[in-house]
Amino acid sequence: MKVLRSATAGTLESSDCQVTVEPGEGGIELALESVVISQFGNQIRRVVYETLERMGIVDIKISIVDKGALDCTIRARVEGAVFRANGKTEDLPWGGLIR
Amino acid sequence: MLNAVGREIPEEILRMTGKEVFQGNGHYDGIVYRKHGPKTTCVINSGGSKLKKTIQEVLVECGIRDGMTVSFHHHFRDGDYIVNMVMEEIHAMGIKNITICASSLGKAHDPIVPYIEDGTITGIYSSGVRGKIGEAVSGGKLKGLAVMCSHGGRVRAIETGEVQIDIAFIGAPTCDEYGNCRGIGGRSNCGVLSYAMADAGYADRVVAITDCLVPFPNFPAHISMTQVDYVVEVEAIGDPAKIATGAAKPTTDQRKLLMAEYCTKFVVNTPYFKDGFSYQTGVGGASIASTVFLAREMKKRNIRMRFGVGGLTKPMCDLLINGQTDCLLDTQDFDLAAVESVKDLHHFRISAGEYANPFNKGAVVNKLDFVILAALEVDVHFNCNVVVGSDGVIAGAQGGHPDTAAGAKCAIVVTPLSQGRIPAVCTEVTTVTTPGESIDVVITDYGIAINPARPDLIQAMKNVDLPFRSIEELRDIAYAITGRPEKVQFMDRVVGIIESRDGTIMDVVRQVKPFMFSEERV
Repeated sequence: MKVLRSATAGTLESSDCQVTVEPGEGGIELALESVVISQFGNQIRRVVYETLERMGIVDIKISIVDKGALDCTIRARVEGAVFRANGKTEDLPWGGLIR
Repeated sequence: MLNAVGREIPEEILRMTGKEVFQGNGHYDGIVYRKHGPKTTCVINSGGSKLKKTIQEVLVECGIRDGMTVSFHHHFRDGDYIVNMVMEEIHAMGIKNITICASSLGKAHDPIVPYIEDGTITGIYSSGVRGKIGEAVSGGKLKGLAVMCSHGGRVRAIETGEVQIDIAFIGAPTCDEYGNCRGIGGRSNCGVLSYAMADAGYADRVVAITDCLVPFPNFPAHISMTQVDYVVEVEAIGDPAKIATGAAKPTTDQRKLLMAEYCTKFVVNTPYFKDGFSYQTGVGGASIASTVFLAREMKKRNIRMRFGVGGLTKPMCDLLINGQTDCLLDTQDFDLAAVESVKDLHHFRISAGEYANPFNKGAVVNKLDFVILAALEVDVHFNCNVVVGSDGVIAGAQGGHPDTAAGAKCAIVVTPLSQGRIPAVCTEVTTVTTPGESIDVVITDYGIAINPARPDLIQAMKNVDLPFRSIEELRDIAYAITGRPEKVQFMDRVVGIIESRDGTIMDVVRQVKPFMFSEERV
């Protein structure tokens, strides 16, 4: 899947995260801001990269403002932002690419 | 050197402070020492008044100079104006290397951060620091050390002379021109002046600052004229709306209500829950709900409390009004109902020393049956952290946590299993403030763990229908939800000390390192 335009998903509420994606410049570029960065920064990065890899994304600028979201939430927000950036908002592959 | 809670205390810090490592709660029981006496300036001919016009004038009279220790009390909480007003004058006079000995410092004191940065303030001795001061200290901006003490430990340090106060500043809601201070009767009432009493008794110079000067005698005095050198009248000593708030609305948070329910059920099934029991709790939603639930159970079972201790709030004062307790012992008032209750004949004001000093001949905390506490983190050894946030930044205060936990027969920590993504039950707390030997039970929304060191409590709960688990199980559940947290990255430099009640070192706090991703490829 490809990131064709910029898109966002998520909120800045506690235990959520806001993910903004836009087309990359030849690679994955992650900017992370998190209230739990000192304890979960590496874990969040791992989840983001795994999610992007699963979706076949290799070229993306992704910025995340995290308010203490759990892994499942981060995954869902990344998937949401990527699908929106791809223009796909209907007939989503629940249980397939979206877990 | 390794201490009794398994923390490595650097030799350099032991040398620098002359302190020893923590060796257990009872290590100094029975120790003999001579108390420190203040340098006292007698007032024989004063013309009947101790009034000075300005803070600046009084600082000059007190001989303010570089390197002095000045003290404050925190009964005005987030509404306090005194610390900033005094420090602003000290700064304007170009004085350097001041140590602030405050019973606590909060976000009301953010404006003094520049004075930390420019070397006006180089030492802090306080129950804790929050807000921007906490960030400044954790960021390495304080030249000396921030020593975090408990309420009882602070009195010990003052009475032994370990901390010598040159000038004590007492915010007095009412005061007469001769220095009799009261916590009530004025515009900015805080109820009691308990934390300031050791300061008044042991500081070389004592200055009362008031915004409500009343005719002599302002009796019964909470702090006596016999201890006060000067009185200054200012426009306002605090913001009444932030000193004592309206009664907190009863919580509707289902998680807190569930924990309060567990807590009450636990309490009533202990052998200590009988006529004449004693009880202390804090101001959190779950604590307040627990008090309300407990009052219901007491009524149902016809059991009366002998005394309640606080940090008081309306639900505690209601026990007195409804005849469910004989008396209240008060060191601080959190809401207007508690301030109002101070006038009740069975609502006794006590000093912080009477409350919790481990080095006097017996404090109130030793007579507690139950204390209900909160914690930022509690680990599988039942050690608690209430001072340092999980991000490594100092963001809280010891308060009476270690004092009451050590004294009470049954010390209960109530905390949600996770706060956002931060697990409250963990393998190792970021910083130890209260040793696990003091904590008897941990109550979370996912279950309850009794300290294995308390087989009697485990036995008492044998047939009680509550979700008991081991502390390790609670941690595992927490980690299954949040993921396993990594350890915060610190620099080598020690910026703060967690001082235990007896003055030994419980733990050190290091300067935080900005987060860096690990190098492993993902």
